[in-house]
Amino acid sequence: MQVWQKLKQDKMALLSLGIIISIVVTGIFAPFLAPHDPLATNIKIKFAEASLSYPFGTDQLGRCILSRLIYGIRTTVFLSIVTMLLTITIGVSFGLIAGYLRGIVGEGILRFCDLLLSFPSEIMILAIVGMLGPGIGNVVMANIASKWAWYTRMIRSLVLEYSDENYIHFAKVAGYSNLYILCKHLFPAILGKVLVLATLDTGWVILNISALSFLGLGVQAPTPEWGMMLNEAKNIMTIRPSLMLAPGLAILIIVAACNFLGDSLRDTLDPKHNPIKAGMKL
Amino acid sequence: MMVAERWFMRNYMIKRIIWILPMLVGISFFAFVLITLSPSDPAEVALRVNEIVPTPEAIVSMREHLGLDKPFFTRYVEWILAVIQGDFGNSYVNNKPVFQEFMMALPATLYLSVVALIFIIFVSVPIGVLCAVYEGSIGDIFVRAFIFLATAMPSFWVGLLLIWLFSVQWGLVPTSGMQASNSVILPSFILAQTYIATYIRLIRNNMIENKQKNYVLYAKARGLKKRIIYKHIFRNSLTEVLTALGMSIPKLIAGSVIVENIFAWPGVGRLCVSAIFNRDFPIIQAYVLMMAVLFVVCNLIVDIYSALLDPRLRQAE
Repeated sequence: MQVWQKLKQDKMALLSLGIIISIVVTGIFAPFLAPHDPLATNIKIKFAEASLSYPFGTDQLGRCILSRLIYGIRTTVFLSIVTMLLTITIGVSFGLIAGYLRGIVGEGILRFCDLLLSFPSEIMILAIVGMLGPGIGNVVMANIASKWAWYTRMIRSLVLEYSDENYIHFAKVAGYSNLYILCKHLFPAILGKVLVLATLDTGWVILNISALSFLGLGVQAPTPEWGMMLNEAKNIMTIRPSLMLAPGLAILIIVAACNFLGDSLRDTLDPKHNPIKAGMKL
Repeated sequence: MMVAERWFMRNYMIKRIIWILPMLVGISFFAFVLITLSPSDPAEVALRVNEIVPTPEAIVSMREHLGLDKPFFTRYVEWILAVIQGDFGNSYVNNKPVFQEFMMALPATLYLSVVALIFIIFVSVPIGVLCAVYEGSIGDIFVRAFIFLATAMPSFWVGLLLIWLFSVQWGLVPTSGMQASNSVILPSFILAQTYIATYIRLIRNNMIENKQKNYVLYAKARGLKKRIIYKHIFRNSLTEVLTALGMSIPKLIAGSVIVENIFAWPGVGRLCVSAIFNRDFPIIQAYVLMMAVLFVVCNLIVDIYSALLDPRLRQAE
């Protein structure tokens, strides 16, 4: 709750949070908010200018751009959030195990993570998509595979940091089970930091998923997705350049909001943190 | 260097180089396993891309031809021995040696990356230094806002907008390919764009941090000129920037995938993406392996370089 009190004073962070929430809500209620079916083609009205019934105009097949943007939230943004949630779940589970149960298991997890981390994430994603073939499910899996090791390592070091706190020692002496300490003490302690990392990385995942869809490796046509929409806009750039604007701006806005919120959360949760260094890491 | 220190340094380097071996084994194993785990049967893919109907008999003979009928570890050892000799097998699509295909595409990617690197250095160093010198000025605030936007913008979108502006509207540079002498400018700039933002910030923040150090206070007390003080600050900030730059080089080469596809640039990134569409496994395998090795080698060089430069890192070992 303290975090919320502090965050309330940061106008830009509130704005970012507001933008993210309204985008997510728009995505959830897409069927009610979108003026048209995002897949309905109508060649007769292709490249229509903005009008009351088509606020952003139509594309080369006469599909409503606004509706495609709104439904695109469900693919681009929701899939990124799902990717992040899965990555964190895996990272937190293995990180807690590796950090708390030292010995062969912890060491094994750690070495395996090191090996995975020697693969740069860009190459890892291409390798996995290359193996499984194009498709959005494979892109999500590739993103998780490229990121979980980093989270595991990160969370492990957080666990090590907190394991030495006096209240954990006290809980141990008091005879609480390992599982109880993990769930009741360590997990809540690291949750805040994980939240910051996750917010920052959601922007990164959105950029990744839309880039792969742009290349044609992710979401397949005709599903509306922002990167995919830019790919379609690219082919008709000479006829109708304005089609490139809306999807690109949509990505820019949500990624900027995620980055900004992540930065503010970090400053709020970690007052000792040097803001100069914070800027460097981003 | 003292004798003990030299001994320490050599020890560190040997340790660091030996650690490469298990990593290379792990990487090659990963690249090999990827294809084995793939849901599509390589033999079937190889038949399909050559437009042969994959009958059971054809698949069996193709499996034999590709050596897929042998046990897993035999295949891995045979593969790795061939790879060391530069033999990555033949492409499923055109049956040409993969290594030859890869080497034909590599110069284009290297060319693109080198020009991008030049962009990064020549744009971010002056701007970063100016931002640190005039910290808090309107220009500094403007640049920081630009950096913030640049990290949130998808590079392929920036690429499209710039193509539209410079190629379609103004006709200054070609939209794709690498025939014309000026065709490298746009793709390399787009490749450099995100790094430019990162490095402006890195240089700026590093210099601002250095400004508060005692040696600067001392230099001021001695009455040195501002120019000279900034020269010291810049030189002291350089180490971290150079280390980061070293790590960026393999990332630039690997990151060219998107740019190469936008501009139809005939490099390894485009080769890899078209191989993914064709399910041309040997090429994907070669790309993954070569890029990972590149990363490991660059990492090694950067680590040794920073150990040579910074005595604190040597003691921490």
